[in-house]
Formats: sequence, C-alpha cells, structure tokens
Amino acid sequence: MDEAVESSGKAVFPAAAAPGARPPAAGHLRVALAGNPNSGKTSLFNHLTGSHQHVGNYPGVTVEKKEGTCTRAGVVLDVTDLPGTYSLTAYSTDERVAREFLLHERPDVVVCVLDASNLERNLYLTIQFLELGLPLVLALNMSDVAAARGYVIDTAGLSRLLGDVPVVATVASRGAGVEALADAVIAVGTGAHPIRPIPIVYGDEVDEELAKLTALLERQADRLAPLPARWVALKLLEGDPPVRQHVASRCSGAEAVLAAAEASSRHLRSVFHDEPEIVIADRRYGFASGACREMVRSTAETRHTLSDKIDAVVTQPWLGLPIFLGLMYVVFFATFRLGEYPMHGIQHLSHWLAQVVSGLWPAGSESALRSLLVDGAIGGVGGVVAFLPNILILFLAISVLEDTGYMARAAFIVDRWMHKIGLHGKSFIPMLIGFGCTVPAIMATRILENRRDRLTTMFVLPLMSCGARLPIYTLFVGALFPSAWRAPVMWAMYLVGILVAIVLAKVLRATVFRGEAEPFIMELPPYRAPTLRGALIHMWHRGWLYLRKAGTVILGVSILLWALTSYPRPPADVAGPSADASGPSAAPVQAQAAALEYSVAGRIGKALEPVTRPLGFDWRANTAMLGAVAAKEVFVAQLGIVHSLAATAAGPGAPGLEVALRRSYTPLQGIVIMLFCLLGLPCGATVAVMRSESGSWRWTLLQWGGLTALAYALAFIVYQVGSLAGWGGMR
Amino acid sequence: MIMPSHGKPVSTVPLASLLGGTRAQLVRVDAATGVRARLVAMGFRPGVEVRVVSRSGRGPFVVAMDTSRIVLGRGMARHILVTPLAEDRPQK
Ligand SMILES: Nc1nc2c(ncn2[C@@H]2O[C@H](COP(=O)(O)OP(=O)(O)OP(=O)(O)O)[C@@H](O)[C@H]2O)c(=O)[nH]1
Ligand SMILES: [Mg+2]
Repeated sequence: MDEAVESSGKAVFPAAAAPGARPPAAGHLRVALAGNPNSGKTSLFNHLTGSHQHVGNYPGVTVEKKEGTCTRAGVVLDVTDLPGTYSLTAYSTDERVAREFLLHERPDVVVCVLDASNLERNLYLTIQFLELGLPLVLALNMSDVAAARGYVIDTAGLSRLLGDVPVVATVASRGAGVEALADAVIAVGTGAHPIRPIPIVYGDEVDEELAKLTALLERQADRLAPLPARWVALKLLEGDPPVRQHVASRCSGAEAVLAAAEASSRHLRSVFHDEPEIVIADRRYGFASGACREMVRSTAETRHTLSDKIDAVVTQPWLGLPIFLGLMYVVFFATFRLGEYPMHGIQHLSHWLAQVVSGLWPAGSESALRSLLVDGAIGGVGGVVAFLPNILILFLAISVLEDTGYMARAAFIVDRWMHKIGLHGKSFIPMLIGFGCTVPAIMATRILENRRDRLTTMFVLPLMSCGARLPIYTLFVGALFPSAWRAPVMWAMYLVGILVAIVLAKVLRATVFRGEAEPFIMELPPYRAPTLRGALIHMWHRGWLYLRKAGTVILGVSILLWALTSYPRPPADVAGPSADASGPSAAPVQAQAAALEYSVAGRIGKALEPVTRPLGFDWRANTAMLGAVAAKEVFVAQLGIVHSLAATAAGPGAPGLEVALRRSYTPLQGIVIMLFCLLGLPCGATVAVMRSESGSWRWTLLQWGGLTALAYALAFIVYQVGSLAGWGGMR
Repeated sequence: MIMPSHGKPVSTVPLASLLGGTRAQLVRVDAATGVRARLVAMGFRPGVEVRVVSRSGRGPFVVAMDTSRIVLGRGMARHILVTPLAEDRPQK
C-alpha cells in the first residue's frame, strides 16, 4: 500500500471496499479525532463535517466531545471531535473525556492528528494508540509549518514503520488533504486496508514482566474487552490508577493479578533504579525518536523562531503587563466606542419600526395585539438587539486573542498575581472567556487539573462582566452620567467584578477549597496570524447565538413580562377621571403609571419594595431584576417594556428610554443597580452549566445564593453610604 | 552529586537555578506520579535537551524543548533536575 500514500498528501485508496472486506454496519463508520492538544483536530473536524466548532490557538480549546456527520464515497461518517490529550494517562478533565471515549466507545476508526512540526512528542501518543489496538489513520497536520521549518517527512516510510497505518499529510486550516484523509478512513474502517499490529519492544526485562502479566490477564480477556490484555498489563506496570480499578472490579482473582503487577513493578524498580513508568516512557520515546531520525530530514536549523522573538518582548517581566493592559484597553475601547454608532443606528431602526407597526392601528387604539407587538416585542427585544454590534466587536476581539496564541501568554503574564489568590495562570483563560459569556467559561475550567482550583475558578466566573452585562452598563452609564464620566464608570464596573472575584477566590481558597496549589504547566503555542475567515465565522456564530437568544428566551420572557405588566387593567375608578377626559396632557401619563402599578408585575414589584428599598430599587427595577434571573439581557428588555407602555400613553413625542431613566433614577441608584446585576443573580444558563460541570446542586445553589447575598450586602452598603454622603438617594 | 542509573557521576541542579538562555540536559523529574506522567508526555524525558527561554523575577519559566515552548511554574522548575551544558552562558 505504500505507494498509496505520498508525501504530497494525495493518498488514493479504493473507494469501494476490496473483495472480502468487512462491510461497515449499514454504511456507517464511527470515526474519532484524537491527538495532542492544539494539533488541529477541530480544524479537521470542521472541514470534514462542515461544522463551525470553536478553533483557537491554545491547548484546551475543545473540552467536550462534539459530533458531526458527513458522507464520503457512499459511506456515512459519524465523526467525533475529542479534546486534546498528551497521553492516555489522563490528568485533567478534558483529557479524561478523550481517554474514556477511546477506551470504552471503541470507534471504528481513530484519526490520530499529529502536529508534524513536533513529530517526536506526537508520536509518543500515537504509539500508545497503537498499543491500545485502535484502528488508526495518521493525519500529519501542520505540514505547512513543518515544511517551513525545513522538515521533510517520508510519510510512506513512517507508515511502513507503524504497521502500515495510513499516513496522510494535511493542512487542516486550509482543508488540504482532507479528502485523502477521508478516503483513508473509509479504507481502514471497511477493512479494505488492513493494519498490522506492531509490538513496541521495551527491552528484555520489561518485556519479560509484560509477558507474564499478559498471560495472566489473557485468561480473562473477555472480561477486559475491549481492552487488549497486553495494554492492560502495560498500564498496570505504569501504575495507572483507573486501569487498576478496572481490573479490580472486572477480573476474578483480581488480587492475584494486582499482586503480580506489584511484584513486577518492584522487580523493574530494583533493576532500573527508576519507576517502571519512566522506563516505559523512555522506550516509547526511543521508538519515536528512532522513527524521526529515520523518516524526517531536517534541511534547516531553526533555533530562534519569530515566535521566540515576539515572546522575548511580550513575556518580558516589565513589558508584559503593560502590553497586556494596553491590549485589554483596546478591546474595551473598540467594544464600547466603535460599537456605539451602529448601536444608535439599530435603536433608531427599532424606534422607527415601533412607529410603523403602531401606525397600523388608529391613534389611541387600546388593541392588546398592538401593545404586545410594540411594547412587548419591539420595546423588549429591540432594546436587547441594539447591542448586537458591541457584542460582535467584543467576540471578534476575544477571537483574535485566542487565534493569535496570545491567550496562553496572558495566562503566563498574570500567573504571578494569580498565585497570590491561590490559583495559577491557567485559571485566567476561563476568566478571559468569561468577559464574553460565563457559560463557555465554566466549560473551559476543564483544562484545570485540580478540582479545588476548578471549583474556585467556576465560583468566581460570574463576576467577570459578561456580554449580557454590557447592555445594562451601557444603558445606565449613557443615561445617568455626563460624558466625561462614562468611560471611568464603565471601567469601574469591570474592575469591581475583578476585584470582588480576587477577594472571593482568596477567601474560598483559604476556607472551603483549601489545599496545595497545583503546579503550573502549560504549553505556549507558536504565534499564528489569525485568519479573517476564522475570526468572522466565530464572530458570526456568537452574534447568531445572541440573536437566537433574543428571539427565543428573551422574547418569551419579554412577552410574559409584558403580559404581567399590562394586566390586569385597573377598573375605571383606579384609572381616575382621566379615562374619559381630554384634560391636560399629564393626565393619561398619570393614569398609565397607576395602571402599571395595578398590574401583576407592578404588584410584585411593589411587594418586593420593602426588601429592595434599602438598595434604592423601585418597583420597575424589581420586576426587571426578576426577569434577569432568566437572562441578564431581560433586565434591559423589561425596562424597555415598562417605558414603552408608559410612553405609549404619553403619546407621540414621548422621551426616549434614556430620558425616562434619567427621570426615574439618580446616578447613585444607577450604580447600585449595575452593581447588583454584576454581582448577583447568576443567569439560568450559568446555573445549568454550573450544575453539570460541578456535578453538584450544593455548589450550584451555594454559588447562586452566595453571590446574590454578596450582591445585596455590597449594594446595601454602597447605597446607604452614598445616600448619607448626599450623592443622591431615591428619586 | 547524584548517581544516575548509568552510574556516571553528573552534577545535577534544579532547572529553577538556571539563567535565561542556558541549555541543559534533563536528568529526572521529581514529582508526584500524575504530574510526572504529564510532564513526560509533554516531552520532559531523561536525556532531552532543554533551554531556558525566559525567566521572570519570581514568575514562571518558559522552557524550549524540541519545537515546543512550555511554561513551568517556579515550584515545578525546582523539581526538574538537569545537567547544564557547557556552552552558552554559564549557570549562576
Ligand atoms: N499553519 C497551520 N495552522 C493550523 C493547521 N491546523 C490547525 N491550525 C491552527 O492551529 C490552531 C489549533 O487548531 P484547533 O483545530 O483548534 O486544534 P485542536 O487540536 O482542536 O485543539 P484543542 O481542541 O485545543 O485540542 C488554530 O489556530 C488553527 O487555525 C495547519 O495545518 N497549519
Ligand atoms: Mg479542538
């Protein structure tokens, strides 16, 4: 088969199954993509299946398996993209996901994605895959980078050395080699391309012990299935805890097997003066480096790459932090200032739309449908959609940080400070993601190795001002503060979240999540120019999620809140004499205000006033706050609804939402409301993901209750102190 | 002085004591099993050549090995034992 695979990556396999080959079940093949972190698995997955899963240039982007399908040569490929892993001895949660899948799901074909520019280490993992007996296809990805570094790889030779495993050169970011890869996958999956098992030789001493243990285990091979006995024996020698447990729970006479493994390990330790695990790893590396020596020719010596030169500046102790802060400033400046113009545009557009829809009914109409559309849908959702431009810019910026490889450098730069609060630099990656959205941020904590580190980080993540806080801040800051104050107040909100997170993390680390700090180990990816296409796809994807949320959850809750705020209508005597009179123009406004307070929402809001009065909230803020429990954006939507209902009564020429806010709230009240939205009431999606990731309702409810209580306490202090100091109490 | 398995005395020092720019050969990793397995899988195996790319005051190290660049916390760098290679700048 060797001529089938060429270094050009144009491998050609017979599309139809060879005679006598095992046909795939109903033309389906289950294919998994596995390999070292950041080797390009997701990029390949996206090109294979036409998906838009998240790609980024740092290890640990994918933390959960993702599924997709595609059809090639009449065969349906059910493809699973796995998180990256350095070895089959899983260390962190994301690695565990990959390991469990490969061990127990037994896909028909595993595509091992290798970074061809770092072949030796990537082969170390490949060898473990081979030993596990996985039906492999090798994707030599990043072959463009390898070529640029002057490596010439003999793919046919490599294939021969690894037992005729097909080897296909790919450039996943461009989709090059993907078709050839799919062909190879089908050839292996259908059995058209047989793979020869190659035992790795570990040297006489190890091999002898290995043979003894394998013989013991082979007697109950069916109980271990699908794990090969030799692999289990190897893992027992390496002292892999999950495999020991597996043997203990599955095998009869497990004690004898484990005791034999223990004896073998002891023997090897005495022979080598080293852990068997290290000896085994050493032999695997020996095989990998032998393969590289034979199959890779280096035509250029590159010691200091461009990446190193950039890092010399960016990770330099005195420059690193200022550069980082400068970049953050640029991100937020772009988000707020550049986003402002299209935001105003959309606001005008929705105002115009409200008037057009309103115009379909005769003036002064009391139509419920008109009110639902204009006040509920446009007044509520329109207010949220207006912030789409800011959200797009924010996510574009985050995506550029991720794609260039700067994300990992940021983690490096802040490590020193993170240590002061008992975490390490890697926790900072979820935090940065949290400025976009808390949900993926909580998922991203899977890259942390230690459960205490992970829970601490998850706990404080809602304090990073996410994209949904942005509309609230922008609205209140724009309405209540003179322009010179806006930027500082906005910065202060972000900063307060970060400071509270720091204090809280430190407290948690010293109390409930006490323990040793985990050692900090993280790979720095080489810098890459972000592709415009990748960044735009990511931005579009996030924008679409935002719009979809606006069109579903936020629309639903808005309509509910609209109904609650519109009904029941007050009887005539409550509405007052204005109902029939064409009296002074203030009368209908007052009547409307009375009607709003008469509604269910009004009553609930009023009922909550004793609780929230010490924070300076009025009934409108109370109902908006209730809506925000579902999603933070609803806060803005509900204020829009209340205002829209009131403004309709006032008739044309009613002031905009900002003016209305200025009439209702003082700057101090605005600050307290923003503070409460920042610190308290983690949204419904956060609660759900916290529950599934922490695996416990206790931590989830503790987080929700704890953060909300903290928000109440801080809001109380700020409002009371502020009022006493005369900074403007309730209006 | 430490006697590695092949019996030749070699002066080993923790990676943490190397200055920026120094090259060294890895002797062994003294760490708990899980962390050590991770480090080995990332390429920190005995005999491999490492280079300290940068070290900041009291912050983490950046180490170059093969074509990868890996950040190691200061504590971690204390547990990786190496023999400095003569050329380049000497150790402190
Ligand atoms: N130059 C080059 N870059 C690539 C290639 N394949 C992927 N990349 C880039 O490498 C980075 C990592 O790609 P991903 O597809 O996210 O890698 P992954 O293996 O899924 O990473 P994890 O999910 O973190 O394990 C991204 O910045 C890609 O754009 C390639 O063949 N050549
Ligand atoms: Mg991925």
